[in-house]
Amino acid sequence: MKYESQSIAKWYWFVAMALFAVQVTVGVLAGYVYVAPNFLSELLPFNIIRMLHTNALIVWLLLGFFGAAYYLIPEESEREIYSPKLAYLQLVILVIGAGGAVVGYLFRIHEGREFLEQPLWVKLGIIVAALIFLFNISMTVLAGRKTAITNVLLLGLWGIAVFFLFSLYNPANLVLDKMYWWWVVHLWVEGVWELVMASVLAFILLKLTGVDREVVEKWLYVIVATSLFTGVLGTGHHYYWIGTPGYWQWIGSIFSSLEVIPFFAMVVFSFMMVWKGKRDHPNKAALLWSLGCAVLAFFGAGVWGFMHTLHPVNYYTHGTQVTAAHGHLAFFGAYVALNLAIMTYAFPHLLKRSPYNQVLNMASFWVMTSAMAFMTFTLTFAGAVQTHLQRVLGMNFMEVQDQLALFYWMRLGSGIVVVLGALMWLYAMLGPKAASTELAGQAAPAE
Amino acid sequence: MSEMLTKSAARNIFYGGSAFFFAVFIGLAAHSHYYAATVSTDVAGLTESVERGKRIWEKHACVDCHSILGEGAYFAPELGNVFVRYGGDKDAKGAREALKAWMQAQPTGIEGRRQMPQFHLNDKELDDLVDFLAWTNKIKTQNWPPKVSG
Ligand code: HEC
Ligand code: HEM
Ligand code: HEM
Ligand SMILES: [Fe+2]
Repeated sequence: MKYESQSIAKWYWFVAMALFAVQVTVGVLAGYVYVAPNFLSELLPFNIIRMLHTNALIVWLLLGFFGAAYYLIPEESEREIYSPKLAYLQLVILVIGAGGAVVGYLFRIHEGREFLEQPLWVKLGIIVAALIFLFNISMTVLAGRKTAITNVLLLGLWGIAVFFLFSLYNPANLVLDKMYWWWVVHLWVEGVWELVMASVLAFILLKLTGVDREVVEKWLYVIVATSLFTGVLGTGHHYYWIGTPGYWQWIGSIFSSLEVIPFFAMVVFSFMMVWKGKRDHPNKAALLWSLGCAVLAFFGAGVWGFMHTLHPVNYYTHGTQVTAAHGHLAFFGAYVALNLAIMTYAFPHLLKRSPYNQVLNMASFWVMTSAMAFMTFTLTFAGAVQTHLQRVLGMNFMEVQDQLALFYWMRLGSGIVVVLGALMWLYAMLGPKAASTELAGQAAPAE
Repeated sequence: MSEMLTKSAARNIFYGGSAFFFAVFIGLAAHSHYYAATVSTDVAGLTESVERGKRIWEKHACVDCHSILGEGAYFAPELGNVFVRYGGDKDAKGAREALKAWMQAQPTGIEGRRQMPQFHLNDKELDDLVDFLAWTNKIKTQNWPPKVSG
């Protein structure tokens, strides 16, 4: 750690880690209700469990991104964060908002659109926090060295805030409601979040491999160009059946198929960098998570996304367990793994240690990844059976669900393993560390 | 390619191209907005009660168990076309009564069967909710879902 203010990141990440634990645990609860449907059905109905699970996910991922920005921008811009005080104020607002939302959900205080259930005051709090954040980091970046990494990251973060504004628009016309709802959801995960992903990966790999910056930055621009060229019009893959014009079937199918390109490019780019890299960095766990992120995002978003994105396929699979399978592997591969990668990389620096608990950390990667992959497979099979019975044969929804019980048991089993993997990772990061990893005096670990 | 494409060229392609595709998207979205507000939905039928029904739908977060036009959760039946599933295309009044009765009969309490909560809606709220579901059922969805089962 070269700059004092980088330690702001630590506090964002502590909160993110706590919410990560909550998110996966509540996920298991949701998975349990699928197989034991009377459990908590009066006290904590499934819809409340689900909003806790998904909202905790999104908030901790965002906290992770904020932490990543506070960590890497000082190093890239070669100066301290403009105002650490504002950064902590922003964190306090977010913690109050997130805590308030969780408690509110338990008492049935929420709005009613998927992922955007936060009460209005929480949404406004998020917007205020985002404005503080953008002001703070923009001031830092503008005053400092400008790199492609900061440019792309900043654009991504501004985009996140701008598109979130559409969460405030909720017209009476359901079709319009849905159209703009996707401007938050799709234009986030398949648009501006990809800019964050590519720039943070570029930063980590630059540090881990020591490859020439010029080359890295050029390819960073090329990759994010393919993200936005395909992802913006790719929104059309959500406009097939919600009352929007028929031309989206063509535009959505073509452009969203091309969305595979940036994810594939990130795989090639990361492996090329490691292959060309001269540096033998001791943080092998961070390298594993970074390469794992690129590969799993390619499978979760790219392959599983493509599987149901052509409109003749989506006509049958739309809103089935196939979607849940894709949603899980895509979010895990692209954004969970990204956050775990940057935290795994940065924590030793923040704690002034050489990389610690590497074996446990790497073991947690394989445990979590295999379990998420298994969960994705079971949901995909469940979705295929559901599609056939319900959408081709026209069987009643509840009867079809009875046929899927075995898959839901297997999903629950893999979900429990995911939680164990997450706990292993948290223990590797926060638990006791070997005394030998303490760094004497000023010595800093290899970048 | 590596020699021909410089970093600043890549950057300009990124900014320029993104602006271009975004502009195209905005144009198409504007047209789709117009289409949704005039062609694909029953604008005259979008009454205050339909809107109130939508707000009840949101207040109880039905979408975190159900899907509607295929979006939402996958725990409970699709409701975009529940009005026809209840025979509303043939007997609108009968479907209305059946849906209201359904809402009042929850939860079933059947062991091993997924449960839907009781929301304690009064008669007017139930009518608003059914108005919303009936209106939603008329949206021109390119013939989705493929079967009445949703
Ligand atoms: C906790 C989850 C949950 C919530 C919240 C929920 N439902 Fe349900 N709903 C279900 C389940 C499960 C079924 C199927 C029950 C059965 O068949 O025994 C169902 C069935 C229905 C049906 C009958 C569908 C059919 O095809 O037979 C209607 C109509 C319905 N719900 C409307 C609503 C409305 C309106 C709301 C919001 C006010 C709502 N539900 C909220 C779980 C939920
Ligand atoms: C990291 C990037 C991605 C993430 C995090 C992600 C996540 C999700 C999630 C959570 C949903 C469900 C939304 C809902 O609740 O309705 C979804 C739907 C969908 N995604 Fe992705 N996705 C990503 C990338 C992609 C890509 C690249 C493609 C196409 C190649 C794709 C194709 C689809 C399609 C077609 C649907 C609609 C499914 C349906 O009809 O029910 N996604 N995605
Ligand atoms: C880090 C890991 C996880 C991520 C990134 C994640 C992500 C998500 C997302 C994005 C959704 C919304 C899906 C959609 O709309 O398509 C969702 C729903 C859900 N998740 Fe997870 N989740 C994770 C872990 C778990 C675990 C461990 C379980 C436990 C078995 C679980 C069970 C569920 C269930 C039951 C739903 C509701 C699906 C439905 O509506 O039927 N998740 N999760
Ligand atoms: Fe999408």
